[in-house]
Amino acid sequence: MGLLDALLGRSKPVPPDLDQLFGLPSAAVTLSASTSFRPTGAGTVAFKKAEGGAFQGLGDQVQQLLALDGGKFSQQTDSYGFTWLVRRTGPDELSDLVADLHAVNSTLADAGFGSLLLCTVVWFTDGHQPLGLVYLYKRGAWYPFAPSGEQKRDNTVELEVRAAVADDLKIEDDLSRWFPVWDAPGRP
Amino acid sequence: MATTRFRADRGLQTRMALTMFLLGLLFVAFMAALVAISVAPLVIAVVGAGFLFFQFYASDRIALFAMHGREVTPEEAPELHAIVDRLCALADMPKPRVAIADSDIPNAFATGRSPQRAVVCATTGIMRRLDREELEGVLAHELSHVAHRDVMVMTFASFLGILAGMITRFTLYAGMFGGGGRRNDNNNNAALMVFAVMAVSMVVYALSFLLTRALSRYRELAADRAGALLTGAPSALASALTKVTGDMARIPTNDLRSAEPFNAFFFAPAFAKGFSISSLFSTHPTLDKRLAELGKIARELGQPGA
Repeated sequence: MGLLDALLGRSKPVPPDLDQLFGLPSAAVTLSASTSFRPTGAGTVAFKKAEGGAFQGLGDQVQQLLALDGGKFSQQTDSYGFTWLVRRTGPDELSDLVADLHAVNSTLADAGFGSLLLCTVVWFTDGHQPLGLVYLYKRGAWYPFAPSGEQKRDNTVELEVRAAVADDLKIEDDLSRWFPVWDAPGRP
Repeated sequence: MATTRFRADRGLQTRMALTMFLLGLLFVAFMAALVAISVAPLVIAVVGAGFLFFQFYASDRIALFAMHGREVTPEEAPELHAIVDRLCALADMPKPRVAIADSDIPNAFATGRSPQRAVVCATTGIMRRLDREELEGVLAHELSHVAHRDVMVMTFASFLGILAGMITRFTLYAGMFGGGGRRNDNNNNAALMVFAVMAVSMVVYALSFLLTRALSRYRELAADRAGALLTGAPSALASALTKVTGDMARIPTNDLRSAEPFNAFFFAPAFAKGFSISSLFSTHPTLDKRLAELGKIARELGQPGA
């Protein structure tokens, strides 16, 4: 935010950056080659519901879109009021998964609610340790999230994964922005 | 991005810019007047600026100390941290430190000299009274204060008022204690000068007081607006406002009095019951005004089609 915006107190809601989303399939290949993490085929988009009839109508639209897809999506609301649309595909259909997630993004963004998109999480696992690659829409960057029990995360795994996929994905540089998504659905 | 439903409020920005311009103009005029009646304005300005800089520089520590706020880790307050985390991710801003003040006054404040050094504090009273959605609205309002750098803007804006207040007092004491002993030809002249400086300072103080308060009210409205747009739920913020201000009136007077100097940072000011103050002097807009503005945003969000 510029100085003038600060002076006039006009912070604008930040539009989402969807470009980096499509780097994921190649990162998954790299991840499989250099670590033991494999995609689970589950991915999810989180956004905040706005009040009012316009968003309500949009919600119905999204529902219809999802119903047409033969129930590929399921929907959950977390305890913070965010809606998570979960998509489950086969482990080797990552590009389809990303395309589907992107369809949700563009529906929201086209209706003018792009600034309410929070993040996308795509899940991986090595058999016991779950790993989420989290895409922050407002930063246009990814970061790894490896939960290991109640309110604990395995930083070693996260840093290892960051090093592994650094060439394929734009990784969030500011570690303080790697915020945890404990109750993100789809977790293996 | 092609479309967005989240529009800026031009009128509010214009009023804010005008207020700041008038404050700046007043400052220049004040300095010119001081130089014209040849006081050592530089000395006073330096002292005033020093005070103010300290206040600005240590604003996070001063406010936390005064409100008995305690910084909490994500383990201690997972819910509060999670709300702030999500709001910061939505707003694309660095996460401030999170603190809790153990007080039953329902309130929240944000302070700190820069977004990187900011701290957001909620009282246990506000967390007990509000549901999660309302608390989220309040925190979004406070985060907007951080994003708008309100501590810095208000510190600079109040500089002139503090300076004028100091000069008024300084000349008053100087006139009372300094002039008594010596009786020479200059005495009459000096007394006249002291009087002139005092008069100018008092006028400047009064004007800058009004302008600063107006600016503060505009910035509250701007933070309300930005916070409501960030969460997409203006009505939740409105509901939080009614709850908090309604509860305020029932709080014992002792607590409130000790809290009043910090009103400028607060979500809703903690004025004692029966303390009637004209809207011109208040740091926060009236509840009705704030609710009306939030209602306007709710209507904008509800319009079909983008």
